[in-house]
Amino acid sequence: MSNNKDIILWKHKIIPKIMGIILFVFCSLNIFGCFQPSKSKSQNSPSVGQKKKIVVWHWMTDRHDYFLELAKKYKDLTGVEVVFELYAPSDAYSQKIRAAGQAFTIPDIFGILAEKRDFGAFVKAGHLADLSQELNKDNGAWRKQFVKGALEVNEFLPNNEFGVKPGIYGIPIDIMTIQLLYNKKLFRQAGLDPDRPPRTWDEFIAAARKLRDAGIQGLVSGWGEIWMIYCFATNYAFNIMGEEKVFATFRGEVPYTDPDWIQVFSLFKQLSDENLLATGIVTMVNKKAEQTFANELAAFAFNGSWCVNVYEGMNPNLDYGVIMPPSFSQKYPMKIWGAAGSSFVVNDRSLRKNEAIAFLKWLTMEEQQLYLLKTTKNPPSNKNCLTKISPLLYEFTKQMDNSTHPNIWPAHEFPVVIERFNKGIQSIIIKEKTPEQLGRELQELKEQELKRQKEK
Amino acid sequence: MLKIRSGYLKEQMANLSFALPAIVIFAIFYIYPFFKVFQLSLCNWDGISPFVFSQHFVGLRNFKDVMADRIWWESMWHAVYITLIALTFQNALALALALACDQEIRARNFFRVIFFIPPILSEVVVGLIWNWIYDGNYGLLNHWLKILGLHHWAHNWLSDPTTALTCIAVVHSWKGFGWGFIILLAGLQTIPRQLYEAAKVDGANSWQIFLKVTVPLMIPVFILVSILTILGSMQVFILIISIMGQGLAYHTEVPVTRILASMLGSSQFGYACAQGVVFGIVLIILSFGQKRLSRYFRQE
Repeated sequence: MSNNKDIILWKHKIIPKIMGIILFVFCSLNIFGCFQPSKSKSQNSPSVGQKKKIVVWHWMTDRHDYFLELAKKYKDLTGVEVVFELYAPSDAYSQKIRAAGQAFTIPDIFGILAEKRDFGAFVKAGHLADLSQELNKDNGAWRKQFVKGALEVNEFLPNNEFGVKPGIYGIPIDIMTIQLLYNKKLFRQAGLDPDRPPRTWDEFIAAARKLRDAGIQGLVSGWGEIWMIYCFATNYAFNIMGEEKVFATFRGEVPYTDPDWIQVFSLFKQLSDENLLATGIVTMVNKKAEQTFANELAAFAFNGSWCVNVYEGMNPNLDYGVIMPPSFSQKYPMKIWGAAGSSFVVNDRSLRKNEAIAFLKWLTMEEQQLYLLKTTKNPPSNKNCLTKISPLLYEFTKQMDNSTHPNIWPAHEFPVVIERFNKGIQSIIIKEKTPEQLGRELQELKEQELKRQKEK
Repeated sequence: MLKIRSGYLKEQMANLSFALPAIVIFAIFYIYPFFKVFQLSLCNWDGISPFVFSQHFVGLRNFKDVMADRIWWESMWHAVYITLIALTFQNALALALALACDQEIRARNFFRVIFFIPPILSEVVVGLIWNWIYDGNYGLLNHWLKILGLHHWAHNWLSDPTTALTCIAVVHSWKGFGWGFIILLAGLQTIPRQLYEAAKVDGANSWQIFLKVTVPLMIPVFILVSILTILGSMQVFILIISIMGQGLAYHTEVPVTRILASMLGSSQFGYACAQGVVFGIVLIILSFGQKRLSRYFRQE
């Protein structure tokens, strides 16, 4: 009888209490933030007597096999094993890096696919090693080997808006610019001179009209990936109002209802109204846009230097030229996006930090850069290799001096405003918004965000 | 007495030790994330910097912002639209096919397998294939419309705000009807055949048999299928991303794509978690509503 009572007591009172206590302790730890991981060293700590091994995480599917080849070569040379781990697509990779950052399990070398704000957050969280000292060693020998501007995207200047300790936190393995491409064969078909591509916006529109009248689609680009819309729009914003005014807008000093911004949005309206854009451009991912251009279904493409390799794979006979986006205004220079293509950073907590830096030095040396150039056809970050690039790649790299990149801008727009900006331009293209409407909408959102920032 | 208790305690501890791994796994993978989402929803955190609750705490501000977020509520309506199409078109198709396969027809096992193929395909693969079908330049749909002489119907389905969401809903229904089909077929097979025979003897025609015998007995199955359809359709997103990429303006946004945009696009983890909590509450309300409705129909 007493035994039965005990059982009931256990079942109904004691066990639920124990479970409740476990849950309470668990939740309390959680809610009061006591689950902070200790700031221990990286998970990949070498044990005594263990062979040296560097782990690299990346997202570059097209380069993985070549990285493996280079890793093999490096092991033969130095005895250090380099393990490249591929995590694709890039969205999944970004998420993995963030999660690993929280768990303090990031590898020795990795890449960051994020805006400068998030890059800065990684630095502030103590994940990234400042490589300035290494770059400046021996009279800046390592630093000097890079193409001008390639290191800037990974650099935080003194008094930067993110409050990050000044320094260079990443090493570029290649460079890129994003420009306008035109199909020479389709130009000829429409009665245009392929040796005289458009230099101004009016010439561009005139050429696109002629192509349209000949039944050829005008401009194609991966505007379903909205950052490419932002790239095209900011190119023209710099050209129409100059850098200072663009940055003043980001700082909240110039409204989006300013006539210059309305002019930028109106360019998209003109392209759409005159039917000068490829069918479905607003939802087209860049891979599909590349297929459209490679299959000669559109005469112009807005794409980055990585496309040289892509087009060669899709259509080796494609005859095309590369030009700067035709300028709308003569008042300010046209600025294109360009800088480091892909960069690697070093885990500051890694016990093999020195080995990781040594590997990056080796990877950016001429021989390895030429190997990557040959296999991936991406312009190398080592300037000594630039003499060996193809004429087409040269067309891309020669504009590095006219290039800019969001990561080197002195002011940045709120991410939510950027999203609304890009989606708003999509709305202009599909004719559901006017440039003026978009300007007002953006300004309203911008003011809300500024207010929220002040409240913080 | 003490001896009995200590013996019992030992036994209970031994029992508990067997259950402990399951409890730990459940706590780590279910209870911890559940509370973490609530905790983060009260914070303004970028997902990168070390998380310290007291430093990032913003109270209910994220919830206030979610309530005022017009695009968020539009995305909710888009999910409701997809769900309504799934509830009607998808489930009607599933029921029709289940009824057909419940008859003594030739090769019915073959049809059962065929109809269950779409659900087992990867959503990414299905999305990419349908993206190609709907494509304005190379699309199969436009190609067939042109062959059939319907040139004026051919257009860019995914870049038109009037058709983009419906296109997604159609693919979602195509992909999902197999689940409903299997469950409804299983339900139909539990109905005693004698009831059909008795109805026939009483002179009932096929439609009357369906209305008076099949439907009443299938109500619990209809409810199960509709609950699964609502929960599955409201949370659709992989299909949308693989068909639409980053979408057509905000016309194809659903709650989960908004949560992803907040989390990865603008690094607002706290806001994304608040959106997740609000979305969870909406789903719970829908499920409860459905339950109440089903109770009402059962009583009827």
